[in-house]
Amino acid sequence: MKNTPLSPAPVAVRNLNMRYHHKPVLTDVSFEIPAGKTVAIVGPNGAGKSTLLKGMMGLLPLMEGEVRFFGEPLAQKRLVTAYVPQREEVDWDFPIDVMDVVLMGRHGQLRLWQRPSREDIAIAEQALKDLHMWEFRDRQISQLSGGQQQRVFLARALAQQASLYLMDEPFAGVDVATEKAIIELFKQLKAQGKTIVCVHHDLNTVGEYFDWILFVNARLVAAGPVKEVLTQENLHKTYGGRLSLLNELTEAMYRSRLNQAHEHD
Amino acid sequence: MQDFTLLNQPDVWELWLSFWRFEDINALWVLMGSLLLGMGAAVIGSFAFLRKRSLIGDALAHAALPGVMTAFLLFHSRDPWIMFSGALASSFIGFFIIDWLPKHTKIKPDAALAITLSFFFALGLMLLSYIQGLEVENKSGLDKILFGQAAAMTQDDIRLLAYVTVFILLVVTLFFHKFRLIAFNRLYAQSLGINIAFYELVLALLIVMAVVVGLQLVGVVLMAAVLLTPMAAARLWSDNLKTILLIAGLLGALSALISTQISYLAPAMPTGPWMVVSLAILFVASLLFAPQKGLLQRAWQQRRLRHKVAEENLLRTLYKLCERGDFHTRSFSLAEIQALRAMPVSRLQIHLQRLAKNGLVSHCPQGWCLTDAGFEQASLLTRRHRLWESYLNERADLTPEQIHLQAERIEHILTDEQSRQIEAELSSTQTDPHGQPIPAATAKSGDAR
Amino acid sequence: MTTFIQDHLSDLWILATASLVAISCALVGVFLILRRQSLMGDAISHSVLLGIVLAFMLSGTRDLPVLLGGAVLIGLVTAWLSDSLHKVGNLQKDAGIGIVFTLFFAIGVILISLYAGQIDLDQECVLYGEIAFVPFDTIIWGDMENGIDLGPRAFWSIAIVFALVLASIWIAFGRLQTVSFHPSLAASLGINVLFWHYFLMTLVSLTTVASFDAVGAILVVALLVIPAASAYLLAKSLKNMLWLAALYAEVAVLTGYALAVWLDSSISASIAVCAGLLLFLTVVGLQIHKLRLQKRAVKTLA
Repeated sequence: MKNTPLSPAPVAVRNLNMRYHHKPVLTDVSFEIPAGKTVAIVGPNGAGKSTLLKGMMGLLPLMEGEVRFFGEPLAQKRLVTAYVPQREEVDWDFPIDVMDVVLMGRHGQLRLWQRPSREDIAIAEQALKDLHMWEFRDRQISQLSGGQQQRVFLARALAQQASLYLMDEPFAGVDVATEKAIIELFKQLKAQGKTIVCVHHDLNTVGEYFDWILFVNARLVAAGPVKEVLTQENLHKTYGGRLSLLNELTEAMYRSRLNQAHEHD
Repeated sequence: MQDFTLLNQPDVWELWLSFWRFEDINALWVLMGSLLLGMGAAVIGSFAFLRKRSLIGDALAHAALPGVMTAFLLFHSRDPWIMFSGALASSFIGFFIIDWLPKHTKIKPDAALAITLSFFFALGLMLLSYIQGLEVENKSGLDKILFGQAAAMTQDDIRLLAYVTVFILLVVTLFFHKFRLIAFNRLYAQSLGINIAFYELVLALLIVMAVVVGLQLVGVVLMAAVLLTPMAAARLWSDNLKTILLIAGLLGALSALISTQISYLAPAMPTGPWMVVSLAILFVASLLFAPQKGLLQRAWQQRRLRHKVAEENLLRTLYKLCERGDFHTRSFSLAEIQALRAMPVSRLQIHLQRLAKNGLVSHCPQGWCLTDAGFEQASLLTRRHRLWESYLNERADLTPEQIHLQAERIEHILTDEQSRQIEAELSSTQTDPHGQPIPAATAKSGDAR
Repeated sequence: MTTFIQDHLSDLWILATASLVAISCALVGVFLILRRQSLMGDAISHSVLLGIVLAFMLSGTRDLPVLLGGAVLIGLVTAWLSDSLHKVGNLQKDAGIGIVFTLFFAIGVILISLYAGQIDLDQECVLYGEIAFVPFDTIIWGDMENGIDLGPRAFWSIAIVFALVLASIWIAFGRLQTVSFHPSLAASLGINVLFWHYFLMTLVSLTTVASFDAVGAILVVALLVIPAASAYLLAKSLKNMLWLAALYAEVAVLTGYALAVWLDSSISASIAVCAGLLLFLTVVGLQIHKLRLQKRAVKTLA
């Protein structure tokens, strides 16, 4: 599990604090994820799982803390970090076809005026084939089923050819075929030494699909290999409710804006 | 040009005085009408704001335009009741389109609003330009509803305006509790068996009515502000809906007063824009000066908090110094203090002097010395800090390195009640995770802040 | 043929100007619709009036660069201020927008009434624009007496802006598509979403100010939003939507012009009305289509 200085962890989070208005969402979360694993972020509703992912990707502001990808800040490692947002966040009426969505995965590599090259298109096509979505390449995205939409998003991430994949609930509301396709994709990516971090809510499958678990409920309850951390105690701690005092006081702190008072100190 | 010179004339004061001697009955009527409208629109607009449909008034006002024009085309008359009915009808059609489009097509709510607004406005303008090309009587003055012109209002207009606003205010008073419930929590209201559809329709009807009678005064284009801005300003002053509505009504009336005065003195001036400008000034003033939520007050509180934090931290530093010397001395030099809490000497001096003023520290030969009261407070703060660290360590499984910063902050807001709660949850209150002893609670350790 | 062109020269100029206005607006509007910022478009088009009046008062000219500069500045201020009110004042987004644009527009109207004599603007042209007079205000190359008439000033203003809009969309197509489709996805790819937001707001400001002479400050909202919304209902891809929006805009211009001639009504208002009617027809067509599909589905089930 230890990473030598030569190969820093794909993700290292230190002292991450996040809030929504005055409500603390995450307090003092620190962890490191080893390379080449599939990692599930598990916790009850409203525990801050998606928030954690978004905070790591710089999509929501951090109150405090630091996130490093392969030992460097995100800006340097954007292209090797692929993000798969939650399906509900997307305007599925958007006039765009499947192929164009997948090609978006290549846009990070392109300059402003550049169009996708033949190679980019070949990569996108391969990603579609990998997820068994080839026959849908010309469909408008509104005409896809929920599972197919999810696969398009995964294909987009795949086309990015990243080393680290952050996915927000990829298994939520998908059909059996899609679930199988995702598992297949995980195996394939793992074989290439890539790291996958997923927000996951299904405790029944978490041990089967993932190597590692982060138990989150407003704070990090436990982190480690499935065998070590998937215990009754950790489940109880995670789902047994938040620490009310911690919550209450952190909220009072944000409300009084004490954290800002300190920064000027 | 004409209005501009008018404002410069010396007898403008004479004119103004004559107004307040109530010599001009018509002007008095206009004033009454606009005061009522300012209040009514602000109150009903507040509910639109709470329903998160701030700009619905904008769309409905624009939607009224073709109704007015069609009514004129049909009846060749500018009777207020005819205009009112036409405007009401077309505003309502607009309301349903705004509702229908997002439900039945891919078009999103914001686009539906913009589409309805601009289409009805264009239709109204097209009809207006068509009417202006026709050979009909009475057509002059129709365009006044675009920007509003208080001076052009007739007694009939004002009577209608008065009836409608009084009606609006009455209905709002009558249904206040229902409206409030629906505005705050629709689902809960529904679960109570309240007929939401009915009340929403009433609310929509009231908004449409306010908008329609306001056209003469404020105009189609800017009606939105009269509904929206008073509420935006008023909610900075209070958290109680009744108070907010009252303040919103007052602000609306005040802006009406200002703008009708201007319109009276310079009759060619459009009233609507002046009403909007005075409302905006009231809004900015509220944003800056409102108690609690105003920006100035917030900045001031932040400053005080910063001082408090710095001083409490200083006290804790002094306690730590005492601890190091095994409590043999309570006097320390500036250098000693600085060694533990890095801070420019000038700021350190300021904070120490503030503490001295409160009797917590005093000058002594070596430098500064904790008084008895100061020592008590310092140990209380240290106790809170270390208790909280223990709590984070024990209950939240955080490592000692992680918890220090958290504890630094929380100590300033931890109350006695909460400290006791922490103690109850902890297994040991002897030492903190760093191994330092937690000072015992003294008998007099009341909330000394 | 030449006599026909000479006889109808001013009509042709009007049609050409109106077409460029409508198509530019439609292209920019596509992104407003997709990014759900129609109301911001509404707000900026109102605020731009103040930009024009101020630029005019401060510089004393109606030169294009001055007007464009003033309008872009005020447009960006509108966008930024509404956003700040939302954040600092804790107001809902649309409430912030509503407060800012009504204020700016009100100040614009007041300034126009105060300095009615000095400014070549009145309330009429704020509302309708003066597209019928567009052909008479021409740019002349050389001296006044025997210079070459290059055509209407308004035409060239909108032509320049049209070229800018087209070039922007052409060059940054990929970025604009990603940013509109999913802002946080774009951000995760390292695209500066905020920059593109203000970039689009700049395009909206430029388009509305260049359209001002032709259609005024308010009708331009209809041209921004309605053709793009019609296209949104039918389009399969972004490129497709841009083409469709331009097509809807052009049809609206042609039918609107005819309607205006027939009724002797305002040209700009009639164009906007026709754009609305086209949207109405599209919606009705789609509803009928939907009903048919449902009926067929019921039949196959039965």
